[in-house]
Amino acid sequence: MQADKPTIIPQELAGLGCRFVQQPGAVPMVHAQVDARQWRAAATAVAASGGRLVALWGTDRRGSGAGHAVAAAYALGPTLVWLDLALPLLPGSAENAAPEGVDTGPGAPEMPDQSYPDLAAIFPCASRMQRAVADLNGLHAVAATPDSGTALPVDRRPWLRHAAWPADYFPLRIDAKAEARYAATDERYPYVRVEGDGVHEIAVGPVHAGIIEPGHFRFSVVGEKVLRLEERLGYTHKGIEKCFAGMEPVQGARLAARVSGDTSVGYGWAYCAALESLSNGAVPERAVWLRALALERERVANHLGDLGALGNDAGFAFGLAQFSRLREDWLRRNHAVFGHRLLMDWIVPGGVRADPGTDALRALGADAGVLGIELARLATIYDGHAGLQDRFAGTGCVPEALARQLNLTGMAARASGVGSDLRAQAGFQPYRDLAFRITRYTAGDVAARVAVRFAEITESLRLIRAITASLPAGPVLEPPGMPQACGRAVGWVEAWRGEVLVALELDEQARIRRAHCHDPSWQNWPALEYAVVGNIVPDFPLINKSFNLSYSGQDL
Amino acid sequence: MTWRILKQIARVGNISEAPPQPAAPSGATGDPAVEAIQRDILAILGRAVAIRAVDAGSCNGCELEMQALSNPYYNIEGIGIRFVASPRHADLLLVTGPVSAHMEDALRRTWDAVPGPKRVVAIGDCGCTGGVFGESYASRGRVANILPVAAEVSGCPPAPLDILRGILSALR
Repeated sequence: MQADKPTIIPQELAGLGCRFVQQPGAVPMVHAQVDARQWRAAATAVAASGGRLVALWGTDRRGSGAGHAVAAAYALGPTLVWLDLALPLLPGSAENAAPEGVDTGPGAPEMPDQSYPDLAAIFPCASRMQRAVADLNGLHAVAATPDSGTALPVDRRPWLRHAAWPADYFPLRIDAKAEARYAATDERYPYVRVEGDGVHEIAVGPVHAGIIEPGHFRFSVVGEKVLRLEERLGYTHKGIEKCFAGMEPVQGARLAARVSGDTSVGYGWAYCAALESLSNGAVPERAVWLRALALERERVANHLGDLGALGNDAGFAFGLAQFSRLREDWLRRNHAVFGHRLLMDWIVPGGVRADPGTDALRALGADAGVLGIELARLATIYDGHAGLQDRFAGTGCVPEALARQLNLTGMAARASGVGSDLRAQAGFQPYRDLAFRITRYTAGDVAARVAVRFAEITESLRLIRAITASLPAGPVLEPPGMPQACGRAVGWVEAWRGEVLVALELDEQARIRRAHCHDPSWQNWPALEYAVVGNIVPDFPLINKSFNLSYSGQDL
Repeated sequence: MTWRILKQIARVGNISEAPPQPAAPSGATGDPAVEAIQRDILAILGRAVAIRAVDAGSCNGCELEMQALSNPYYNIEGIGIRFVASPRHADLLLVTGPVSAHMEDALRRTWDAVPGPKRVVAIGDCGCTGGVFGESYASRGRVANILPVAAEVSGCPPAPLDILRGILSALR
């Protein structure tokens, strides 16, 4: 382990009595080992002070003589707090034993080495993450013994595991063989039924009627009106986290860039930032600025695509034609300057792959100016089009209180009045030097999410012009040294959809023990279920597109 | 408003580009049976082909490039290519991979729903080989492990023009 730096104890957590250690790296991050009591007390304290649950994941450390562990990452102001709950290593728990009675209800498994206190009662967004931990690591959230009243039942249905592998195979355990193959079994997933006169179900997916990712939506409707939506995801689960296990950390960057193809810059940067923190490598300043350039170009490309698709979903094909043209121009420029239309693998550990050079940077700045003019023209048309605004306004609403309760993140949160953006936080370079301006709308409907996209493109174009005009000179790549064995670090980046977190933990040989990639969609998918209630079925595609959440990023 | 829209349409003009030549026939070159099927399909379909895209587990990169095919530059409807919403309306499946274990069944069922004659084009490195994800407890790897593949388009992800060439080479 590295020498402990002066420790900042987050004030909100000072009463816990655990020892916080500041971690190296660009992200202001503290780490602490907690026990089960502190695990829950910390969640309560974070929730009380307006903090957010960013991610929750499981790790198998039995290869190092320890036991299983669960980890939670919280955002407390500008600080990321990584809490680690090590579960005891009991005799026999070294085997990949199937827990008995996996589905026997809340509080059931009396296995101190494979269970931990539930957080979903405090942070609703934890529920699916805990179900994923149960599927992948075989560690189970257990409801608190209530001091008063009754504990909320823990949702114990599988989340990422469908019929493709058995309930006693836990892929992220060290003794689970990646190459294991199981025949698919018949499967019945217990959707929540809505009963009542005239209620019927509409089942959609996993294969959707468009060029989009697969997932299943179960609507309970009366006539046209949606009473309830239940999402079922996990169809694109392809074992990404198992692929990471045992890899050389430097090789992981390529995989991280493919967690979600629309966010390859976001994941690439987050992964490399985590790795660089463990290699004591200082990324050249010019490379940091160029990474931000790529991040903003990725944001613009995605927002352009969404604005076109949103127009189209409201019956305005002109919008799709115009915005898809602008997006294509943008991607072709990406190819010309960065060698890849979606900017994959341009961010590498230690910096970026190549310096675009002065001429190319000047062209990018000019591009941004031209796009700004085009965008303003189209914004006038979108704003003034009565039919379009009629479909957008008041549709798919997520009020601010709900957004906060669900820990909504990113672009969607900024449309619901939650003014949170990592780029605006202290220390996130180069945004501090660029005087980044946060976008915030309050209505929380499709119209607000459209408005946020227009405003964010405008701000990104300003950033791109500023970066291309004034980025510091110097090298763009400083190959990182050997990463620290047994080290842990995070990368935390405000990608176009929201905050992307990569938590990286290395083993004794400095290979990857655990790389957890967390997509903002984990937080935002549940909000979509609320947003569609009371809307009509034909508005679902529009509402869904206005969030544009990732399947691959959350299915892993 | 209408005036603004018309003005914008006139300002942009027609930006569609000429379609590419099909790629050299892939994989099954020289197999007379396959060539005969290709001739049959052309004879039956004429110059129009209906495509159903199936994401069988991709990272969404290939989907973005397939969507890009529908932008005005490529003018695919102008050369008789149309993406359709149902496999029952389709002549061709464009399948991206790796095929996740959870999508295997849905992919097979989609294929079964396509009326013959029909073909599959595997899109992207993952669809062609399994890519960075390979084969595992959760991934069945390349599309050809599940369905008969007529043409493969490599690339991570392949550019829209490469996808278009792949479609054309599967049909000609």
